[in-house]
Amino acid sequence: MAEFLSLHDAVARYVEDGATVAMEGFTHLIPFAAGHEVIRQRKRDLTLIRMTPDLVYDQMIGAGCARKVIFSWGGNPGVGSLHRLRDAVEKGWPHKVEILEHSHAAMACAFEAGAAGLPLAVLRGYVGSELPSVNDQIKFIECPFTDERLAAVPSVRPDVSIVHAQKADRAGNVLVEGIVGVQKEAVLAAKQSIVTVEEIVEDLRTEPDYHPNACIIPGWAISAVAVAKKGSLPSYAHGYYPRNNAFYKEWDAIARDRDTFTRWIEENVMNAGGNA
Amino acid sequence: MSLEYTSAEMMSVTAARALKNGMTCFVGIGLPSEAANLARLTHAPEVVLIYESGTLQTKPDVLPLSIGDGELCETALTTVSVPEMFRYWLQGGKVSVGFLGTAQIDRFANLNTTLIGDYREPKVRLPGGGGAPEIATNAGEVFITLKHSKRAFVKDVDFITTLGFGRDGKGRDGVPNIGKGPTRVITDLCVMKPDPETKELVVVSLHPNVTREDVIEATGWEIRFAESLETTPEPSAHELEILRELKARTERKHAGE
Repeated sequence: MAEFLSLHDAVARYVEDGATVAMEGFTHLIPFAAGHEVIRQRKRDLTLIRMTPDLVYDQMIGAGCARKVIFSWGGNPGVGSLHRLRDAVEKGWPHKVEILEHSHAAMACAFEAGAAGLPLAVLRGYVGSELPSVNDQIKFIECPFTDERLAAVPSVRPDVSIVHAQKADRAGNVLVEGIVGVQKEAVLAAKQSIVTVEEIVEDLRTEPDYHPNACIIPGWAISAVAVAKKGSLPSYAHGYYPRNNAFYKEWDAIARDRDTFTRWIEENVMNAGGNA
Repeated sequence: MSLEYTSAEMMSVTAARALKNGMTCFVGIGLPSEAANLARLTHAPEVVLIYESGTLQTKPDVLPLSIGDGELCETALTTVSVPEMFRYWLQGGKVSVGFLGTAQIDRFANLNTTLIGDYREPKVRLPGGGGAPEIATNAGEVFITLKHSKRAFVKDVDFITTLGFGRDGKGRDGVPNIGKGPTRVITDLCVMKPDPETKELVVVSLHPNVTREDVIEATGWEIRFAESLETTPEPSAHELEILRELKARTERKHAGE
């Protein structure tokens, strides 16, 4: 049964230095508030898993939280590079970060395999790609029934997964709507999970828009629920607020320069209390 | 009388014309998305557009900045999870065309979106593979669109993120359950198709007012031209009007947010 905690307490309890952490949300419902809390608590040596690192990991990498990043598309969507990710990989600032890169299909399959309790994911993937030559976690196996050569990657099984969603109810059940990405898979694949939500309602089943096939993560499958209003800005929450596309563009200039970035983190994360 | 249009508009309109009603297209962000939506708003209203964020049969009113903008979900028939998108819909063989952009492309239409230089010491680090490696092999065929330049069109890509036809043109030979691969490349200068035998890209059509020399200048290998070289038809006034409206709407929307 999910415990209701403050975001501070949830991160303090479940995100340990050196942990493997997946913070998901495929361009939508990106858990920025939780990422900022991780930065404020100065967590270190994290292995960060995300299909699209996006600004949230760019910020965490620049703030020195990451030791390793596992991803499949590391850009600022529609804008350009993630400058903090690049600076860490290319120049070792603020320290060297190791990367392991996949394709989206492989990572999506790896999250699903993690949720399914399997050690590996199998896909018809990476044919002719040179990614297997730079990522030793990509192997090929032969189908025992057809002899077809298929790609295999280890499943994603994080110590803790953190996702953002629209609503939870008093029993800790969580509703995810819109682009659902790999959020459910991330929560189910992890040993512990934190879900931040826009709001708490009495009972999801009596909500006006509830329907029997809604994407619900039951409270008993989640470790902690924390309220974080506007917790996915500058990404968006379907039904609550739009993506701040202008900020995604502004981030390019902020992140390009180490000093500007550091100042931004100081002003907007470190000194912003629990609401950034 | 000839219309006024830019080479970028020529590219988008030509790329859009490659899509037809009845196709199911897995759309990459950027130029492919612009072309795919232009097709849907002009000659191919029934073309099915799907994006890797899980949005099936989407009809965005403005072009998305990211692959998962709310617009894509709100105008889709339905939205599925990302694992379902890649496993059931793409790997399951339900996508007829993958429409991709790229940073680098080589003579065998291999795509590089990973890095320029050496993997351990990159000169320029690019975003990485995303959906492309599996779109390119699991979709029925692949259309590619990008601006023509010597930096982008290289003899051999620095890194094969996404398979065209491999380093020797034989990368798909004997591989079971694989799509046809790139069938056309649309640039702001011309249209290229792979040679049926060698799989090397060959210019089949030059855009109006573009010369062979222009293409040779902008290509990093000794580019070949088809014997029956055609001239790409010009954009129509209607296509240009719809494209310009789409881009203006998109700009207003993204500036206002």
